[in-house]
Amino acid sequence: MTQTDRQTQTTAAALALGDDALVLSHRLGEWIGHAPVLEEEVALANIALDLLGQARVLLSLVGDEDELAYLREERSFRNLHLVEQPNGDFAHTIARQLCFSAYQHLLYERLAHADTVFTPLATKAVKEIAYHLDHARQWTLRLGDGTDESHTRMQNAVDALWRFTGEMFQPLPGLTIDWQDLRDSWTKTVTGVLGEATLTVPTGPQTGAWSAGAGRQGLHTEPFGRMLAEMQHLHRSHPGASW
Amino acid sequence: MVTTDRTTRTTAEAQSAQTPLEAELRRLAGSVPDPELPALNLTELGVLRAVHTLGPGRVEVELSPTYTGCPAIETMAADIEQILHEHGVPDVTVRPVLDPAWTTDDITPEGRRKLREFGIAPPRTTHEPTGPVPVTLGPTRHAPQLPPVACPHCGSTETELLSRFSSTACKALRRCLSCREPFDHFKELR
Repeated sequence: MTQTDRQTQTTAAALALGDDALVLSHRLGEWIGHAPVLEEEVALANIALDLLGQARVLLSLVGDEDELAYLREERSFRNLHLVEQPNGDFAHTIARQLCFSAYQHLLYERLAHADTVFTPLATKAVKEIAYHLDHARQWTLRLGDGTDESHTRMQNAVDALWRFTGEMFQPLPGLTIDWQDLRDSWTKTVTGVLGEATLTVPTGPQTGAWSAGAGRQGLHTEPFGRMLAEMQHLHRSHPGASW
Repeated sequence: MVTTDRTTRTTAEAQSAQTPLEAELRRLAGSVPDPELPALNLTELGVLRAVHTLGPGRVEVELSPTYTGCPAIETMAADIEQILHEHGVPDVTVRPVLDPAWTTDDITPEGRRKLREFGIAPPRTTHEPTGPVPVTLGPTRHAPQLPPVACPHCGSTETELLSRFSSTACKALRRCLSCREPFDHFKELR
């Protein structure tokens, strides 16, 4: 493989990881003004801010961060389907956080030790993500092992999002990671938390028949277009505006 | 896989290589107050990594964000530029550096004292494993107990976590069970 091929792969990986962080950051930001309690609103906004910071570093490895965030079409985004899913009720947001934070934590832990262009960011971000994962775990335990209502909702959320979790382990060229080992560790972490929360680990498939790995190829689920419209419309309506 | 050359210099090494001018510029840049915690300056917060003179009137400042997404870094950069301009350096570049990563252990003892005085419980400086410090959240019974955070107002160690995220990404919100005052706790990040 030539140096140029390697550079192309690294850039593609940076775009995928950057888009994951950017899109989830935007979804979490949608809770502002709507969270169940003020403390939780602040927590979700802080997690969103961490993710936005990570996205900025990653997208800057690819090109101009603003152009990439605001001027790309849906088909050019390389994020996972999981992170673009609508917030749903609070349980859905927490289930999404649990699945993604567990994945991101394991992935960045590996990148932090790999000595690549991603190492400085991963070393820093993995500590932030540890807090995100802890936040999701605590809430999964509270809701899963809480009232009948919260248990039912948390179970429904995990069941609904399960089919988006397989895509995370599709290898990203440019990252030298043992993806099977990552998947095994993720499964152990997540099923451990679900079990402790008295929830049932879903038995359904982790990918839809039609959707396997599609987010990484630029094919997205329907809600993503609407999210992108909201995220981009101000920038596109007023090109070059500043205040 | 693409590799990068990572140079990790200790603070002592960096300081010994400084010229007197760089040391003076570093002192000036470090005297800028943190925009979100004005009681502390950037030296006390430990975010100022290095000051290099690149030529006559040209200076580069290395700044390490507390959190990757910390929005204060842009204000810090602007404030550093301003103070160095005022002291006769026309060309100032502030460069964010992620490596080596900032940790709460970089906050100086004086910085910790000022945090407490400002009503914020400083981060604990034990040498335990990295990552979040699990603390009990209301009625959950799963998290193990760890050394307590002391109330910055009355000193009581009887405090509880209200939220693991607070007014900024680097803080958690706690409440003192003795004096009933809520307070911010600068979370450990190592």
